[in-house]
Amino acid sequence: MTSLTLNGKAQRCEADPATPLLWVLRDELGLTGTKFGCGIAQCGACTVHYNGQATRSCVLPLSAAAGAQVQTIEGVGTDPIGRLVQQAWVELDVAQCGYCQSGQVMAAVALLKQTPRPTDAQIDAAMSGNLCRCGAYVRIRAAIHAAAAHLS
Amino acid sequence: MKRRHWLVMGLTAAGALGVGVGLRPPSARSRLGPPRTEGPRVALNAWVELDADGLVSVRVPRAEMGQGVHTAFAQLVAEELEADWASLRVLDAPIAPLYANSALLLNMLPLQPDDQGPVALWVRGAAQRMGQVLGLQITGGSSSVRDAWEPLRLAGAAARQALLQAAAQQWGVDVSSLRTAQGRVWAGERSLGYGELAASAATQTLPAEITLKNRRDWRLIGRSPPRLDLPAKVKGQAVYGIDVRLPGLLHAAIRQAPVAGGSVVALDVAALKARRGVVDAFVLGESAAVVVADNWWRAEAALKAHPPRFHAGPGAGRQSAEMSETLRRALDQHEGTGFREDGDALAVLAQADRVLRADYALPFLAHAAMEPLNCTAQVREGRVEVWCPTQVASLARWKAAEAAGVAQEAVTVHTTYLGGGFGRRLETEVIEQAVAIALRLNGAPVRLLWSREQDFTHDVYRPMALARFEACLGPDGLPLAWVNKVAGPSVSFGSVQRLAPGLAMDLPDKNHIEGAFELPYAIPNLRVRQIRRELGVAVGSWRSVGHSLNAFFTECFLDELAQAAGQDPLRYREQLLAHRPRHLAVLKLAAAQAGWGQTPAAGRARGLALHESFGSICAQVVEASLEPDGRPRVHRVVCALDCGTVLHPDTVRAQIEGSVVFALTAALYGEITLVDGAVQQQNFPQQPLLSLAETPQIDVHLMPSEAAPGGVGEPGVPPLTPALANAMFGLTGRRIRSLPIR
Repeated sequence: MTSLTLNGKAQRCEADPATPLLWVLRDELGLTGTKFGCGIAQCGACTVHYNGQATRSCVLPLSAAAGAQVQTIEGVGTDPIGRLVQQAWVELDVAQCGYCQSGQVMAAVALLKQTPRPTDAQIDAAMSGNLCRCGAYVRIRAAIHAAAAHLS
Repeated sequence: MKRRHWLVMGLTAAGALGVGVGLRPPSARSRLGPPRTEGPRVALNAWVELDADGLVSVRVPRAEMGQGVHTAFAQLVAEELEADWASLRVLDAPIAPLYANSALLLNMLPLQPDDQGPVALWVRGAAQRMGQVLGLQITGGSSSVRDAWEPLRLAGAAARQALLQAAAQQWGVDVSSLRTAQGRVWAGERSLGYGELAASAATQTLPAEITLKNRRDWRLIGRSPPRLDLPAKVKGQAVYGIDVRLPGLLHAAIRQAPVAGGSVVALDVAALKARRGVVDAFVLGESAAVVVADNWWRAEAALKAHPPRFHAGPGAGRQSAEMSETLRRALDQHEGTGFREDGDALAVLAQADRVLRADYALPFLAHAAMEPLNCTAQVREGRVEVWCPTQVASLARWKAAEAAGVAQEAVTVHTTYLGGGFGRRLETEVIEQAVAIALRLNGAPVRLLWSREQDFTHDVYRPMALARFEACLGPDGLPLAWVNKVAGPSVSFGSVQRLAPGLAMDLPDKNHIEGAFELPYAIPNLRVRQIRRELGVAVGSWRSVGHSLNAFFTECFLDELAQAAGQDPLRYREQLLAHRPRHLAVLKLAAAQAGWGQTPAAGRARGLALHESFGSICAQVVEASLEPDGRPRVHRVVCALDCGTVLHPDTVRAQIEGSVVFALTAALYGEITLVDGAVQQQNFPQQPLLSLAETPQIDVHLMPSEAAPGGVGEPGVPPLTPALANAMFGLTGRRIRSLPIR
């Protein structure tokens, strides 16, 4: 049994401690907003916040999440920055197929928490591990700037 | 062979299929469907349903894969219905003939796009009718809005007419005294909501003629109402295939033979079944090992711990490097099948003082949709249910029925959101596999999910292709003769072979040569031929299909001719397009917006390309520089698009932006190689996608038009690679004749 704080609430998980957090979230807890893309931390679709840091949940064993604060796309809307990012995403019609967008939103929220007015170079650095096959990148950049403008 | 021979062949093929092909496309009225009441909801026709509280549901029989089809279909209905946008939602449509896509097969016809002659009209009508008769409930070929343009507006207009009649009856007034707005019928100051009128509306007899709005009265078409799918997608609530949850759901992982045609020779079933959570382990067919467990990670981990051993089989000798040599030899030795023969290009070339020659090559490419292939299936009491992110609901039903040995009527297909499609989800193998697995599980539901490695190594790839050109110039520098041969495996043959092996024939394949034989430029002697060669690699439709190949070939070679003539590439094209006002206007718009003719910043160069596909014309100007390592850095891409009437401008822009990124990935990174029959690229490190940091500024300019809508999801892809290659020539003085750029 592993205990962690998930989206602000205490959560106990029965999965094997070696199970990546992604599959605990999806198959045990039914939180399917976090996506599987590559399984080797190379695409960013599975990005969650692990103690506030954007983290690839497909390679993070449940054992490493014991006692940690974990936030997923399902919970990020309760956060003021999370809400602003989601609003900007809708206003600018960022998503196409949308499959990678949970990860994109989580990465963008983590960026804005650390860097409220990111430059293009800072956006490049923070977001380039999150792949989007639909190619929504131009709008992802614009939405991050738009959310940042609302923040200040 | 002359074009008219082609037409005859097309007609013969259509007739031979014996499917009651009519002379005209199916009318929009015939696709309306009858009213129907089910519980509290009233369906006024097959497309529009009303709840008592005024909620409007639009049935959409096309897959939402990011192209915005849910919003587009709702928009067409709501425009004529005068519904309140906030009251709209979309429901998946069941499989039924009137939901078939009658525009899809237009992409298969070897006709010139501007041919409006009687025979061409007949063939197009027959193809549309055939799509209906075959019940092709398919999303692809940038055809959804082209198909829906009239039927969906008529569905909205017919529903509105019924609501007006219902209100007139209730109030005892004439229909002509009423108006509609925002989901209500009004008579002066009093009004009734659509929901209140729904039951009565379903009983109305509609007039023979239902007129559509004049375009100047449009409130939604040409504007960009909020996308219906986006709120759920940014909150993680949208349900993709991988997200379907069912009580008692089991999870399956798979390992397929690394070499096509290979087989499993050993699988340690006992060891697999001894692992915690594993429910079943077995060899599926002859070529795959499957483990079913209580969660996917356990199933996948079991296969990693006890991988099957495979026998490679006869495919073990296949090397992609040798395949390109096979195609090169085919170009040397064969003339292939004719797709266009204007004038006498060979005779003109034989007398030319100078013949310009070039060969071009493109590799196999993977689709790499972000959602790996998956399908959820349940078989119980003789019924099959599948939940899948598929572009081909009607084929999914057929193949699921075949896999389970039941009638198609016993199969229900639920189409989920698609985490990208790009042509990959036109295939049904994962659905057949999931049903075969479910058959073993005593009625339990199971989701088969491929790992990313399975997805990359068992794709149906964009085919490898080689092109050869020979041309000569007239005294004015313009091309006098142009001979183009393209060699490669046939996409259509591969698709038919997988679907219905008995019908697979080595026929001329328009989808392989599209974009080459329709060359829009005025060249008096023009010869375009196709050489089909199977290479033992599964090939399929990849966003823009043959256009992605032939735009690169033709637009690069045309640039070479302009250079040989000592002329500016824009001016050169303009002279060759004097008879094509739409093409010319798109080209000029892109060039003007890109500042063509003005010197770019130091170290930068521009290249341009123009290509028509799927009923739309797109021109792009790429501005690039060189990185210290000699690779290109793309700074800006200016796009101009004539896609006829623009339904949702913001979505059109998004599709073009995405197409540029998709094609730039191919230009810079895209390549699938085979060594000893096995695909080498396993995951994103070996086959990168473009990242945000590498994405250029993308400007999209839409041509105002009152023509019927053209396609939007694909036409932005083809021009990018040649425009970039042409810019590279400006930077290096060397021609790029193969991709990816190294």
